[in-house]
Amino acid sequence: MSGEFGFLLAGVLFALGLIGVLIRRNIIFILMSIEVMLNAAGLAFVVAGARWQQPDGQVMFIFILVMAAAEVSVGLALALQFFRHFRTLDADAAGRMRG
Amino acid sequence: MLDLLWLIPALPFAGSIALIMSGQRISRQGIALVGAGSVGLSAVLAALTAISFITSPPAGHVFSQTLWRWMEVAGLKTGISLSLDPLSLIMMFVITSVGFLIHLYSVEYMREEEGYGRFFAYMNLFVGSMLTLVLADNLLLLYLGWEGVGLCSYLLIGFWYRDPENGYAGRKAFIVTRIGDVALALGIFLLYTQFGTLQIQELMQQAPLHWKTGSLLATTAALLLLAGALGKSAQLPLQTWLPDAMAGPTPVSALIHAATMVTAGVYLIARTHVLFSLAPAAMTATAIIGAATLLMAGCSALVQQDLKRVLAYSTISQIGYMFLALGVGAWSAAMFHFMVHAFFKALLFLAAGVIIASVHHERDMLKMGGLRRQLPIAFWTFLAGSASLSAIPLLTAGFYSKEFILWQAWASPSGGIWLWMAGLTGAFVTSLYTFRMVFLIFYGEEKVKVSENPSAYLKVPLVILAVLSLLSGFVQMPQTLGGLSLFNDFMLTALPAQAYAAPNGAELSLQVIASLISLAGVWAAYLLFLRHRAFTEAVAGSTAGKIISKFWSAGWGFDWLYDSVIVRPFLWLARINRDDFIDLIYGGTTWYSEQTHRFLSYTQSGNVRWYAAVLAFGTVILLALVIFV
Repeated sequence: MSGEFGFLLAGVLFALGLIGVLIRRNIIFILMSIEVMLNAAGLAFVVAGARWQQPDGQVMFIFILVMAAAEVSVGLALALQFFRHFRTLDADAAGRMRG
Repeated sequence: MLDLLWLIPALPFAGSIALIMSGQRISRQGIALVGAGSVGLSAVLAALTAISFITSPPAGHVFSQTLWRWMEVAGLKTGISLSLDPLSLIMMFVITSVGFLIHLYSVEYMREEEGYGRFFAYMNLFVGSMLTLVLADNLLLLYLGWEGVGLCSYLLIGFWYRDPENGYAGRKAFIVTRIGDVALALGIFLLYTQFGTLQIQELMQQAPLHWKTGSLLATTAALLLLAGALGKSAQLPLQTWLPDAMAGPTPVSALIHAATMVTAGVYLIARTHVLFSLAPAAMTATAIIGAATLLMAGCSALVQQDLKRVLAYSTISQIGYMFLALGVGAWSAAMFHFMVHAFFKALLFLAAGVIIASVHHERDMLKMGGLRRQLPIAFWTFLAGSASLSAIPLLTAGFYSKEFILWQAWASPSGGIWLWMAGLTGAFVTSLYTFRMVFLIFYGEEKVKVSENPSAYLKVPLVILAVLSLLSGFVQMPQTLGGLSLFNDFMLTALPAQAYAAPNGAELSLQVIASLISLAGVWAAYLLFLRHRAFTEAVAGSTAGKIISKFWSAGWGFDWLYDSVIVRPFLWLARINRDDFIDLIYGGTTWYSEQTHRFLSYTQSGNVRWYAAVLAFGTVILLALVIFV
């Protein structure tokens, strides 16, 4: 199995995640899409580490994991506050700071 | 005594500053005391200085006094320094004496005015500036005085500033004379670049050494100075401001626009006569302009109804005589006529002021008449001034000065029969319009009742000036009448005289012709304006008469010409360029940044997903740049 397949998978996952961020309006789904993107990046690091026989890829994946955990905690807290404030989970409802 | 020279211009300046600083705080008596007193002291000092100068003349007939160094920049050393020679002595004497008499007159004449202190502050400032002008020993200080009198003229024409018309007249005077002033400044720059000095004495010594007669530089310099003189002295083609300057109070017209300031141009040319001698073309131009001006203004004076405007045109015409004299190299004749003219023109204006004030401020001569019995003092003094103005033979000073000019215009190598003829025609027109005034105002039926009689303050200057305008001519008599030439001899050290080997008979016959001409003018005025009024009115009422009198009355259409050639196009341009087109650059920048701002503010939609998309897009572009570039 060659590295190209892993990279391709990582790219497709990342693109899917980005599309999710862009087209989803529900804030929970946006967070989930971001998670998909982070994992796609992590996958790319791991594949790269395996491809060039370096441990750094796995080290980076640990970093990403930690960061993702932190991001989710903050993001969920924001989502809660958001729901309290707007009584909805639609991200477009927070467009009042326009201009 | 000569060491006190600096006090003569300093006193009026001090008076002016004192009046400006004190504002409303001092009483009218105080204002009159400071205003007239400072000029009076100056006049006394000037008389004493003149006596001491004549009895024990300084070496070289020039007395110089440096007060302090004004500036010293890159080789240019200019001092506040005065210089007194016969030429500036005459000017100084006339300015202070006539100035004092007019101040004395103003004490009473302006008594009811609101801006009493302001008036005297301006008048003192004017006298100080004029004295600076004539006593300056370098061109820069002369220019300072030159601009000073221009400023005072503007301030005093617009003295009654509540009427916008007066403000307009003031601005007109300022702007028109400014054209001449620019030429004078250019002339001074030219002289400085050529000789590296602004000292008048030095310049006059250097010029003949470096410049050949008729050379281009000499002609240019002389023409530039001439243009400056034309503006200040209201000669063709810059004469349009003077008739409108009559908007000011009458003493102002007497002092500034008749006796002193307008002769600054004559003084300038006489002062730099060496330059003019090097430039025959400029001399010819001066003579021709003088002759044309004296005829043109004389005809305009003939058809005016406003008493002060007649006198204004008459001033332009008489200064034309001085320019004619300067143009034929008769320097001292010009100065002689200047002196005599200052006396009789100041007198005529002051008498006119009395007349106008006593007929309810009516200035239209056609509405006056028969005032001879009601205003005897005004009548006799006005008559003396008129006689002098129309050069009544033997009796009056005007005869001696005008005869001097006419004789020189005939006999001088640069003169000739045409200039003499112009002067002679002018003399006829002069006595015609002068006695038209006399007959219209003082003779005929009484049309108005006199409301007030002049007080002593008004009478004393009138009488003194009347005596001067009759007697001041006896200091210079022609060859045929004893050949007394005190004035000419006195001026000889400052202004060279021309000697002519003309036969005595020629001079006598020319004098007889000139005398007959001026008497004929008076006779014609009597016939036309007193005896056969109906005939004159019929002529003036005919179609041709109407056109000509309208044309002359409007000053030969110069105002119309300048209005349509210069003023209107300029206003039109100003109107289309109201939003200054250079502003387009700055306005465009503003517009562009505003548009960009508006466009960019659309991106700040507040939509999180939009931000994310832009972020992703930006990242893609950055990556593409990193990878492909």
